[in-house]
Amino acid sequence: MDYLVNVDNMTFSRGERVIYDGVSLRVPKGKITAVMGPSGIGKTTLLKLIGGQLEPDSGDITFDGDSIVSMSRRELYQTRRKMSMLFQSGALFTDMSVFDNVAFPLREHTKLSEPVIATIVSLKLQAVGLRGAAQLMPSELSGGMARRAALARAIALDPDLIMYDEPFAGQDPISMGVLVKLIRELNDALNLTSIVVTHDVTEVLTIADYIYILADKRIIGEGTAEQIQHSESELVQQFLRGEADGPVPFHYPAPSLQKSLLGEEV
Amino acid sequence: MNWIRQIGRTTLDRVSATGRAGLMLFGALIAPPSFKNIPLTIKQIYVVGVQSLAIIIVSGLFIGMVMALQGYTILTDYGAEGSLGPMVALSLLRELGPVVTALLFAGRAGSALTAEIGLMKATEQLSSLEMMAVDPLRRVVAPRFWAGMLSMPMLALIFSAVGILGGHLVGVDWLGVDSGSYWSIMQATVDWDKDVINGVIKSLVFALVVTWIAIFKGYDSIPTSEGISQATTQTVVLSSLAVLGLDFVLTALMFGIE
Amino acid sequence: MNRYKTELMVGVFVVMTIAALLLLALKVANQTVVTEGDTYTLYAKFDNIGGLKVRSPVKVGGVVIGRVSSIKLDSDDYSPVVELTIQSEYNAFPETSSASILTSGLLGEQYIGFEPGFTIDGVENLANGDYIEDTSSALVLEELIGQFLFSRGSEE
Repeated sequence: MDYLVNVDNMTFSRGERVIYDGVSLRVPKGKITAVMGPSGIGKTTLLKLIGGQLEPDSGDITFDGDSIVSMSRRELYQTRRKMSMLFQSGALFTDMSVFDNVAFPLREHTKLSEPVIATIVSLKLQAVGLRGAAQLMPSELSGGMARRAALARAIALDPDLIMYDEPFAGQDPISMGVLVKLIRELNDALNLTSIVVTHDVTEVLTIADYIYILADKRIIGEGTAEQIQHSESELVQQFLRGEADGPVPFHYPAPSLQKSLLGEEV
Repeated sequence: MNWIRQIGRTTLDRVSATGRAGLMLFGALIAPPSFKNIPLTIKQIYVVGVQSLAIIIVSGLFIGMVMALQGYTILTDYGAEGSLGPMVALSLLRELGPVVTALLFAGRAGSALTAEIGLMKATEQLSSLEMMAVDPLRRVVAPRFWAGMLSMPMLALIFSAVGILGGHLVGVDWLGVDSGSYWSIMQATVDWDKDVINGVIKSLVFALVVTWIAIFKGYDSIPTSEGISQATTQTVVLSSLAVLGLDFVLTALMFGIE
Repeated sequence: MNRYKTELMVGVFVVMTIAALLLLALKVANQTVVTEGDTYTLYAKFDNIGGLKVRSPVKVGGVVIGRVSSIKLDSDDYSPVVELTIQSEYNAFPETSSASILTSGLLGEQYIGFEPGFTIDGVENLANGDYIEDTSSALVLEELIGQFLFSRGSEE
């Protein structure tokens, strides 16, 4: 199988805190790969590493065979045109209308004439069901609509790779359903490769072709949805079932309650 | 021992912040000039310049009027009301024009710049630009920087001119100083190079400092609501102090030593 | 924000700045006309120049004809020598002209009052680089008071 993104034995730390310790993962071309894990373990960081916004301490990350880590700035900017990222907040430019937001990458990177841009923008907005909202400002959109508008902007340049950062967080069931459908359809229709970073188990199991589960600075489980569900790892099972206590402890590390309350020396 | 360590850490923080600020400006300005940036800069001149006009004109008018009133009461004691014109004009052109404009600019436009860029960071707009292969330094920072550099001297000139007219309003129209002598003695005293141009130079230096601080504080802010509100406060405090301190240095260099 | 309005307002801003500059240039500041254009130089030696400064005006009957361009001490007799830069259009002053250091008003700035002298045959005009012979120094308040007291004392 062909892999578009290849993370090889990558270590990354922020200050003195180690976020990733020897993580390796591969993203197959044309498929949806999900990266799951508890909050606060730096799933967004992984996307930023793939996008070249952060640099790993050691290890390598390649995109379509080229190493992101050792690229010059110019090459990196060239490569980024082939990838796009849907941020959790949507990250629409608040001082532009939805139309101008979607047109932005086209105006920046192509020399297309305005009428052509208008046509492309309409098509992209049609794909996410927001053609009627083209003239609205981002502040007038609901959270789910903003994310869909941002999705239209992310696919404006027909990228090879699209990275979704927590696309389902804080969405009502309807917009969640819409987003799931969009991610699947766009992936198949545009022949994209998708990476979805999330902690919403049920949605991911329905759309992802391959799943990685991250916890404790490394990958604790991987496989297709079925393989994951039948995983023997306690950690994976705790995560999938959403149990409060287990290998990931309920309590933040602390001296035992008895000792604290009875005032004994720790 | 702990406080010595604290001093060391603060020093290191300051130095590294200065370095980051320098790199930011360097990254924003060392770039092939792009014609796409001209409309963006015009838009920013609107935001930082035009929207500060009202406060600049009103303040200039009142400061000119107050100076005429104060000056008149002092100068009449010596029978020297004729010197009201040069007094108002010189104080405005050399000091109050550049300094008060810079302080008002820091409060009005500087804080807005910090908050805007901080929010763009918090809402991942800067990251998103980067992922779209658009350099946020050139796209977001550079137009705002040039807009600040252009707007502040323009505002300072308008401030001084309006202040001189305000002084005329009170001194001549209200207190009865002779209009001819207000203008002519002013003209005999005020020197184009020494007073007007030096004032503009001062204001360019202030523009550099205030805009730079404002943009950097936003760009370097912690992307939370608390971080941004802190950065905004720091912008106003830091740039006001910098303006006042630099004003002394510049005044000493320009007027202190003959 | 619509682009038309933005550009219009920025235009207004620029026009206001130009208006401010014009006001400052035409009504507030004096451009140093004298140092530009054609000028010639005269020298005058004084015993005491009082508060005279570089750039102080040189006036004939109240009209500014030039400015003080430098002040230094004569290396031989240690008396101040003032260099005057005069506009070329006023170039026919006779040698008998005099220069004195005067004060405008009670507290005003000091300037050089230039008094054109008489012309008869044999008197040439002042040319570039000439010294003005007839000069009178600045009045120094302490000296005046001293003279006054001295003359009072000698009357009695």
